[in-house]
Amino acid sequence: MDDLLSEFLTETSEGLAMLDVELVKLEQNPNDPNLLGNIFRIVHTIKGTCGFLALPRLESVAHASENVLGRIRDGELTVTPTAVSLILASLDRIKQILATLEATESEPEGDDTVLIGQLNALAEGRADVVVAAPVAAAPVVEAPVVELPTKSKAKAKAPAPEVAPPPAPEPVVEADNVVSLPARPETADVPAEVSKSEDGPRNEVVVADGPAKESAVAASNIRVNVDLLENLMTMVSELVLTRNQLMQILRGHKDSEFGASLQRLSHVTTELQEGVMKTRMQPIGNAWAKLPRVIRDLGVELHKKIELNMLGAETELDRQVLELIKDPLTHMVRNSADHGIEMPADRVRAGKPEVGTVTLNAFHEGGHIVIEISDDGRGLGIDRIKQKALSTKLATEADLASMTDQQIYQFIFKAGFSTASQVTSVSGRGVGMDVVRTNIEKIGGTVELKSQPGKGSSFTIKIPLTLAIVSALIVESATERFAIPQISVVELVRAAANSEHHIERIKDTPVLRLRDRLLPLVSLRELLKLGDSEGQSSEETYIVVSQVGTYTFGIIVDQVFDTEEIVVKPVAPILRDIPMFSGNTVLGDGQVIMILDPNGIAASTGEISLGDSHSREKVALKGLRSDLDRTSMLLFRAGTGAPKAVPLALVARLEEIDRKEMEFSNGKPVVQYRGKLMPLVPIDPMAEIGGEGRQPILVFADGDRSMGLLVEEIIDIVEEKMTIELGSQRPGLIGSAIFAGHATDVVDTGYYLTQAYDDWFGTTQEASFGQAVAAKRVLLVDDSPFFRNMLTPLLSVAGYEVSSVDSGNRALDLCEAGEEFDIIISDIEMPGMNGFQFAEAVKSAGRWRNTPIVALSSHATPRDLDRGRAVGFSDYVAKFDRDALLHALQATLSIHRGAA
Amino acid sequence: MSQQAPRIGKFAAEGETRDYVSVEIAGQLFGIPVLQVQDVLGPQRITRIPLAPQEVAGSLNLRGRIVTAIDIRTRLRLPRREDTAKTMSVVVDHGGELYSLLVDNVGEVVSVSAATFERNPATLDPRWRDVSVGIHRLDGTLLIILEVARLLDFTTRADAA
Repeated sequence: MDDLLSEFLTETSEGLAMLDVELVKLEQNPNDPNLLGNIFRIVHTIKGTCGFLALPRLESVAHASENVLGRIRDGELTVTPTAVSLILASLDRIKQILATLEATESEPEGDDTVLIGQLNALAEGRADVVVAAPVAAAPVVEAPVVELPTKSKAKAKAPAPEVAPPPAPEPVVEADNVVSLPARPETADVPAEVSKSEDGPRNEVVVADGPAKESAVAASNIRVNVDLLENLMTMVSELVLTRNQLMQILRGHKDSEFGASLQRLSHVTTELQEGVMKTRMQPIGNAWAKLPRVIRDLGVELHKKIELNMLGAETELDRQVLELIKDPLTHMVRNSADHGIEMPADRVRAGKPEVGTVTLNAFHEGGHIVIEISDDGRGLGIDRIKQKALSTKLATEADLASMTDQQIYQFIFKAGFSTASQVTSVSGRGVGMDVVRTNIEKIGGTVELKSQPGKGSSFTIKIPLTLAIVSALIVESATERFAIPQISVVELVRAAANSEHHIERIKDTPVLRLRDRLLPLVSLRELLKLGDSEGQSSEETYIVVSQVGTYTFGIIVDQVFDTEEIVVKPVAPILRDIPMFSGNTVLGDGQVIMILDPNGIAASTGEISLGDSHSREKVALKGLRSDLDRTSMLLFRAGTGAPKAVPLALVARLEEIDRKEMEFSNGKPVVQYRGKLMPLVPIDPMAEIGGEGRQPILVFADGDRSMGLLVEEIIDIVEEKMTIELGSQRPGLIGSAIFAGHATDVVDTGYYLTQAYDDWFGTTQEASFGQAVAAKRVLLVDDSPFFRNMLTPLLSVAGYEVSSVDSGNRALDLCEAGEEFDIIISDIEMPGMNGFQFAEAVKSAGRWRNTPIVALSSHATPRDLDRGRAVGFSDYVAKFDRDALLHALQATLSIHRGAA
Repeated sequence: MSQQAPRIGKFAAEGETRDYVSVEIAGQLFGIPVLQVQDVLGPQRITRIPLAPQEVAGSLNLRGRIVTAIDIRTRLRLPRREDTAKTMSVVVDHGGELYSLLVDNVGEVVSVSAATFERNPATLDPRWRDVSVGIHRLDGTLLIILEVARLLDFTTRADAA
């Protein structure tokens, strides 16, 4: 193709893309002179160039548009949705013509008189331009019918025809829902096209203010062919690998004359690599550029009010990946607008704001780019999905009955599935989601969805940045080497039998105590079935602590080498289903090794890794209540009778001491522990103190006080709902619950703690249970995890439904999220926002204004009591007086009930 | 690596002839279309891939590209080779990815004509029938023609025990 023509096509396409965005903005800010100036100038330029290149159709359409814009700019015409729609329609027409021009190097046959007529009518202020927006697109339909049989590309450049009635863009007559949405056929075409139009550094898309400025911007940018960049990238990757090899060799020859030069070479290579990678990275905003227009058109066509929120538009990703997700994103946004967001009247009736919101959120996480598309619409209709699954024979009644909601939602990813009752021109043709998923999985990504009926749905796309060079830690297990992306590695721990860190086993499950937390471990050898573990535990091993979302765990490996930069290559298709690997690479010494995927490893350990670290507040907060249901309980045996259990979170350490080391002090058994005397309390008062052998103990600690609970044998750790079935009158037991299928006594830690230190809490009381308080909801605010874990079970047994947070701020978040409680208990001494400030905040405004709030504190001077009352506390209870607390709750609630 | 191969046996050069790289596995001669063969390799350092299907012997590095090694013996349910030190392989390109097919020996390129072609006998082991398109009768031996696409498609099929 002629260079000139090629240039023209590229420039004009960019201009049109900009215009889309600008026009939508103009509609929202009709009087912004800068916007107007920009828009006018761009159209003017297009018109000029068309004339110069002797492209009559283009020129006349552009000219007509320019007229209208000129009038608007001069203030003679107002910006109305009609006007904007018409101008958008003319832009679409130009795009179509351009498409044919590109393919055939000449303008297509066609007639624009209707459109031009309308534009002129508008410019002259004639009343006969009363076209409603979608209809304005109708005249556009004539043209495509002529061109489409020859060029399906027209669809790629012209979203408008899809807004028009179905017959025109679809040359193929379909029975039900098998049709080509733009996503599919164009995927092949679009990259080729776009490569010509979106070459070069993204800076060029920045709109300058006036002609003078524009040329300045243009001068600092250069268009570069994509293939060239691709080659450059490959070359640089090879260079990096060779550099790695050289460095490896250098390491073996300490004093080599090559040393200094190679170091320099290495630095330069790194910088080169970073630079080249930058050329390929583009902000995802580029993929989102067309979406405001899409949403706007949809809103107009469907008579809905929809707003598009785009967060993280500057998040960068490789341009190749960007190309591939453009269409899936558009499709999903359309789905949200079409299926998700309800009609304004329905929304108001449901208590939602009239304007629906579709939100796009993009961010990096652990070597992936995560894109969330969510809406606050009506969510996925589970019943409709079930119906459709039944009618298309994808599942039977029996199947559906045993599926969870999440599993049922997955049906929308099946080919040909659509629950839209009408196939609109926008979506509902039922080929969308499966194509979306396939396209995304082709590049090694995943699509997940969450939905809440009535509240909205959220799709999450996770795409690996596999095309990059990453830093990876090389580890070895069973003589095989593997790489772990540096980003996922939080820390490394060396574990040996006699060192401070050693792997403990709770009934075959390895765990590691790390800074007072228990870290679940997974053995790489076992996970990958690399062979028998012989004598593993006696030698030293290494634990790679990794974090996936909010889940932290450790991977046991034999050896840890250094960190290397590697070029990640995707695995062969045959191996793509193995979740443990995210790619493979060639090391400096030429050996191929697999790259581990911590996500996959986490998933395989049974933890469903929900919760990205950027999880939306609402989802995280709603999870709070349900989290409370499942508690990690440590099961053990002590004395006769049933096994016993204690919340694992309360246990600081599991220790085993030599019975001989137990001494007596002041009549109580103690042991020297970490330089201090630690009191020991037997669960079973009849148990023998001292003697021979090892004695397992559970160490509880708060601040600098520790106490050891003597037990006989540690059984297991389970995570289950703690529903105390039978309350207990016996001291030391809260009640019985079922854990791991056995009736287990839940230990009242408080009782034993006070055996050790009288003043740990005040008087011990049996938990008062059976109060008919009918599950009042209590919010507990206390920064000490110890107290939270202590009070929660006690309050639950007393019949309250307890939620707990660790700070006033978190509590206020809950308030904003719409949570309601019957009563709030708050600690006073907390870092950050103290209890008084919190109470003030609660009482001053918001929905909790009338919720009674009780203060919990270890200080109870008259002044504190006064202050408490002043800020709105209904009552003030000393922290260590559990009995008083329960009474206070009861009293306050009944007063409140009475008053309310 | 295509050479001018001498004609095997005496057949007339009538009709279409095709060229295959002949490889030997467990005493049996197989043919792979020459145009699909990119490289022939000697013994390589192969990295095991944990959790991979058993037909996948591992991966190897070929001039910077990662190639997946497929053990044809396993694919055809033949016993593993005793002496792996001399395993050769034929590198083919399938769908943009490189695969290295491990064989016992690589022979010459043979040209065969349609005249010697036979369909697979009905009694042939179904797994072998799966991956081969037919047999050529050569002088003194039979050449089983392999179809690479089917050879590499083993994850989706449930092999009969």
